Amino acid sequence: MFGLRYLPGVTTLALDVERCSGCGMCLNVCPHAVLAGTDGGRVAIADRDACMECGACARNCPTGALSVEAGVGCAAAIIVGALKGTEPSCGCEGGESAGGHE
Amino acid sequence: MAAAKWILGTVPTPTGDVPRVGAELTWADRLGAWARRWGIGRADYTVPPGLYAIGTPTAESVVLVSANYKMSFDWLRRELKGMDAWILVMDTKGINVWCAAGKGTFGTDELVRRVQATGLDRVVSHRRLVVPQLGAPGVSAHGVQKGCGFRVVYGPVRAADLPRFLASGMKADREMRRVRFGLMDRAAVAPVEMVQGGGHALLAAAVFVLLGGLAADGFRLDRVLSVGLPEAALVMGAFLGGSLVTPLLLPCLPGRAFALKGAWIGLLGTAGLWHLLLGWPAGGAVWTLVAWLLMGTALASFVAMNFTGASTYTSLSGVRKEMRRAVPAQAVGMVAGLALWGVSRFTGLLG
Repeated sequence: MFGLRYLPGVTTLALDVERCSGCGMCLNVCPHAVLAGTDGGRVAIADRDACMECGACARNCPTGALSVEAGVGCAAAIIVGALKGTEPSCGCEGGESAGGHE
Repeated sequence: MAAAKWILGTVPTPTGDVPRVGAELTWADRLGAWARRWGIGRADYTVPPGLYAIGTPTAESVVLVSANYKMSFDWLRRELKGMDAWILVMDTKGINVWCAAGKGTFGTDELVRRVQATGLDRVVSHRRLVVPQLGAPGVSAHGVQKGCGFRVVYGPVRAADLPRFLASGMKADREMRRVRFGLMDRAAVAPVEMVQGGGHALLAAAVFVLLGGLAADGFRLDRVLSVGLPEAALVMGAFLGGSLVTPLLLPCLPGRAFALKGAWIGLLGTAGLWHLLLGWPAGGAVWTLVAWLLMGTALASFVAMNFTGASTYTSLSGVRKEMRRAVPAQAVGMVAGLALWGVSRFTGLLG
């Protein structure tokens, strides 16, 4: 029906194609298939609105072609951050362990 | 920890004896995981960081990296029946892989440190670490290679796919790389959210039970039952609507913002529950119903919005945008609802 898609047009993900070496590491780490390989060997952003800004692609890009303002998409973290005057910080202790959190 | 039941013995290595663990989870392991999700017992739910053996691993055996949250460790080892492998447990302060990667404790520096501290390069002859894919937000593969000479291979998202991943020569297919958030996943994490807010909800419900006895003519005990209890049920209904019903029905509810999904449940749930408990409203009760619709919708919306943190697909930018609209609306709804409730209960202004 409505599916598990979040708000469109918000992600801070950016790709500088000129710096992409085509190593494919970002394709391995993205949990939502946001990036895809192209015929030219470099990657492209294929599904921008599926990006959850986890930051895995940018951290594992050896040439710095990918950038994103990484953070947790967690309302409680944003509230705690606003109250303490800090960056949004996840307060989960052990944390949930379903659906691959292991 | 020396007597931990999940340690079966030791395996000798060039760096000394390494604890050997089983792939079978005991009833105590399962009970511990269940209790943890329901917030029962605040005891440390961790595994000491370091190297562990499963089966009878050799210098050629695969090294699987994990977090020191016991559920992460248990969910990994239960998938390794009949296998010989090393498990390298990082110190993530007792937090699961994905959350710890987001915080940076499941990170490049800690992984390099842990490889060096365990003398892994003397235990195994290869230079390869299988890191769970969801550790990637914290771990830089090229950084680990530079730091300790080990090459990071990202394993599948779900530990259950590990046997297939390893059997296929460490190749992950598309599905192994995707995070899901199916009905069972959502049902599994809902209790965590329910427990976190449950205390506040019960307190609010208790206050409404007592307030039920009060009206313009003073306190009457019979009204605690006839008015207080149903109103407390409306509070708990809205809370469970946001923390349980919304997560379960998540993909079926209109809107993308969790606050909006929760608002639908709050509105419909409060109306339905009111009708079930108090029937059709008459006279001034119409205004009390309107007050509860405002409060129930605002409460369920707020609680549902907090489920963004347990979901597997919301972004920081998206939640910020959602909150900029939702939080003011929730605040207005709650204040207006409370005001209307007070006016209709304690004054004769609304018939």
